[in-house]
Amino acid sequence: MLSTIQRLRENFALLEESQFRGQKRVVVPREKVFEVLKFLKESCGFDMLVDVTCVDYLTYPRRPPWGRFGLVYNLLSTETGERLIVRAYCDVDSASVPSVVPLWEAANWLEREVWDMFGIRFEGHPDLRRILLPEDFEDHPLRKDYPLQGKGERHNLPVITRAEG
Amino acid sequence: MALGLLPGNVLITRLEALVNWCRKNSLWPMPFATACCGIELMALGASRHDVARFGAEVFRFSPRQCDLMIVAGRVVMKMMPVLQRIWQQMHEPKWCISMGACASTGGVFDTYSVVQGIDRFIPVDIYVPGCPPRPEQLIQAILDLQEKIQREGTLLGREFDEPRRNMPPRALLENPGERPLPVQPF
Repeated sequence: MLSTIQRLRENFALLEESQFRGQKRVVVPREKVFEVLKFLKESCGFDMLVDVTCVDYLTYPRRPPWGRFGLVYNLLSTETGERLIVRAYCDVDSASVPSVVPLWEAANWLEREVWDMFGIRFEGHPDLRRILLPEDFEDHPLRKDYPLQGKGERHNLPVITRAEG
Repeated sequence: MALGLLPGNVLITRLEALVNWCRKNSLWPMPFATACCGIELMALGASRHDVARFGAEVFRFSPRQCDLMIVAGRVVMKMMPVLQRIWQQMHEPKWCISMGACASTGGVFDTYSVVQGIDRFIPVDIYVPGCPPRPEQLIQAILDLQEKIQREGTLLGREFDEPRRNMPPRALLENPGERPLPVQPF
């Protein structure tokens, strides 16, 4: 019986494999991420998408060579209890990846959150709107080049005085 | 004097003082609890601290029935329009307590989304320091507010027209320019 990593290695060109305290992690090319995740779901039994999140490596000293944003898919097989972390990297100008909502319905809100906070576009997402921030918010605040105190969003609100209230 | 003709259980006072006395001892709080301060607010209403002793135990979740808003916790920019709408839905005369460091100043949350003090956008009568404040501090705030109502309250709520009370909030007085923080290499 081949392990998940071995089967992945046979079918796809993985950019990197690593392990930390039993957590298995693979890096796949951005163009292949949908096929890899589809293979993992349909052939390797990863029936649950635990999380989709993102890391901005803008000022990171050991910045990975594949791009600025590391998109992280956290998978779980509820039959074997096996977990796998799949990463794909993209840049600002190519900040779009295929949506995995066709595979796991759970990805819907998770991808909306990543879009909201990092501005990564998910192609084919059924409803890519902001999920946490107001609709008219203009930036993506978890990017590292966004100022910590914002760009004045928290001050541009109507003021109610005693006389008006 | 005719006073001597009154029976012993009759008191004479000014109408305004009587109205203020009624108002201050029957404050109906509107709990706007968004964070951990809300837990202390619940403790205030529970049996140990028992705010019923001060006549403010009737927490109502409809702003139409309340006259004291207690903002307990941080308010983010998305929540501020909600807070303002609830404030406007409350009937006059009404008062506002800003409870805790977050509601008063933003607290430690000096980030893009957290409003740096609700008094920039709605009127506030009493500030309660603490993170979160003890229920005793909130009792003190209610007592201070009662004193304020007794001292300056008027029958028709004219005290709310005072120029000092209608001074523009801090948001209009100062321009809180953003301090640009350098991106820290880590």
